[in-house]
Amino acid sequence: MKYWVSVAVLFLLSVALALAPTNDYFFYAAFVVLQFVVLSTAWNILGGYAGYVNFGTGAFFAIGAYSAVVLFKWLGAPLAVQMVAGAAVSGLLGFSVGLLTLRLRGIFFAIATVAVTFVLETVMINWRYVGGATGLQLVRPAVIEPFDTYTRMLFVVMALLALIAISVARYVQDSWIGRGLRAIRDSEEAAECSGVPTLKLKLFACTISGALMGAAGAAMPMYLAFIEPASTFSLNYSVSALAMPMIGGTAHWIGPVIGALILATIQQVVTVTISNEINVLVVGVLLVAFVVGAPDGVLGLFKRWLRSSK
Amino acid sequence: MAALLEVKNVSKHFGGFTALSAVSLEIAPGERFGLIGPNGSGKTTLINCVSGALRNESGSIVFDGEEVSRLAAYQRTRRGIARSFQVPRPFHSMTVLENLLVPSAYVAHLKDHEARDQAMEILKRMGLAQKAGAQANQLSQVELRKLELARAMAARPRLLISDEAMAGLSGGEVDEVLAILFKLNDQGITIIMIEHIMQAVMRFSQRVVCLDAGKIICEGTPASIVQNPDVQKAYLGA
Repeated sequence: MKYWVSVAVLFLLSVALALAPTNDYFFYAAFVVLQFVVLSTAWNILGGYAGYVNFGTGAFFAIGAYSAVVLFKWLGAPLAVQMVAGAAVSGLLGFSVGLLTLRLRGIFFAIATVAVTFVLETVMINWRYVGGATGLQLVRPAVIEPFDTYTRMLFVVMALLALIAISVARYVQDSWIGRGLRAIRDSEEAAECSGVPTLKLKLFACTISGALMGAAGAAMPMYLAFIEPASTFSLNYSVSALAMPMIGGTAHWIGPVIGALILATIQQVVTVTISNEINVLVVGVLLVAFVVGAPDGVLGLFKRWLRSSK
Repeated sequence: MAALLEVKNVSKHFGGFTALSAVSLEIAPGERFGLIGPNGSGKTTLINCVSGALRNESGSIVFDGEEVSRLAAYQRTRRGIARSFQVPRPFHSMTVLENLLVPSAYVAHLKDHEARDQAMEILKRMGLAQKAGAQANQLSQVELRKLELARAMAARPRLLISDEAMAGLSGGEVDEVLAILFKLNDQGITIIMIEHIMQAVMRFSQRVVCLDAGKIICEGTPASIVQNPDVQKAYLGA
């Protein structure tokens, strides 16, 4: 109950912010931060709970974005339809990647997901309809009332998506599904012999995780009013979506949220104050620092602090 | 009485290596059955085929009148075949109690408080109750073996396969685990024991089968098995 009240309050807060007469740049940056909240939360459902490291977040993100572009160019579909379609197509991609877990585990699964990214990027580079390698300029439709600018509206949409993603992750974690996924992470053979339908659960986690990433990606073309393969399939998405839960803590749904808020905010600040190149360095340095100093992330640090202060 | 488990002509190859060739055996409900054989004789392969970790290439496995050899491992667990692992595979990020909640949720479909009650009861019987809240990765060897059995029990099996649950334990600990298995059998659970510790198998089993190079070389009472020249040859060499 308390949780759902907080969700409602946060959503109303995002709407109120978007209607307030503030600098538009805030929404431009906050959209990206929220996008990373979605990506890292989605990544954690498979990577954190089930222990399958997905290194192909970029692919799921981009397939969502390109699905949106195709629908927009072909039918002029509205944003909501684009996002649902992006989620559906990326969910399907997640299901297919889930089938890989039949044969591939650990590092081999991670490498396979990188390969998926490169294959799909090559396909998009060679697909003229969506702009090929040069990309495609998109003309945004008119902004919907009561929002002043399209960026403000996208900010509210992304806030809603982030809250949905977090709620899904929270449900998965606390239900029997989460217990099964944790059993899979600890020992897949023992899980199977304890009655856990491991393949079904893995396919479920891959599909849900992929769908959320795809929905996040589907908002990107309208945000930039442009799409182009290299930046859409960027490895930065894959690395960040993995680093953020690691930094926040993978054991609990709040971990990836904390990680994404910290890391993505630092990246946005660094991009403005120093340079766009340094922000990649920030991810690397923080990731190394946390893996060495706090392997259970901010959550682990917090737990340790709670215990020592008792 | 009809057999609880019927293995008929089961074969399994790994590349050119024949791990099992046309193995057949029947196990009656409530039986204490011992499976012995030298290293590499196919004991673990056989029970992997029965529990579903591996698929047999030919032959059939019938459990309680139902052909199960094409079912996934989790489906066989739900039908009543549970096993422990030779090398313990605890869910190490969970507590001992939570380990048992996995089969409770997925096999017995219990509500949370019922599952916890059942788990505590099993842990008491296993002598693990005081460790219920401990993290599974902090257990000693003998506790890990007991956890393996306890987790298998939480799936409410009719057939329990104990894969070398006593290997590497001290004499007193072997007796402890043996006593647990006897107690489970008293409750009507059929048990297949795979073991290298002869003394334990001989004391426990009503009937013993000896495998060598993927074939059954001998079957009989524990006493007759030790006397059998083929068994002596398989273990000691000619």
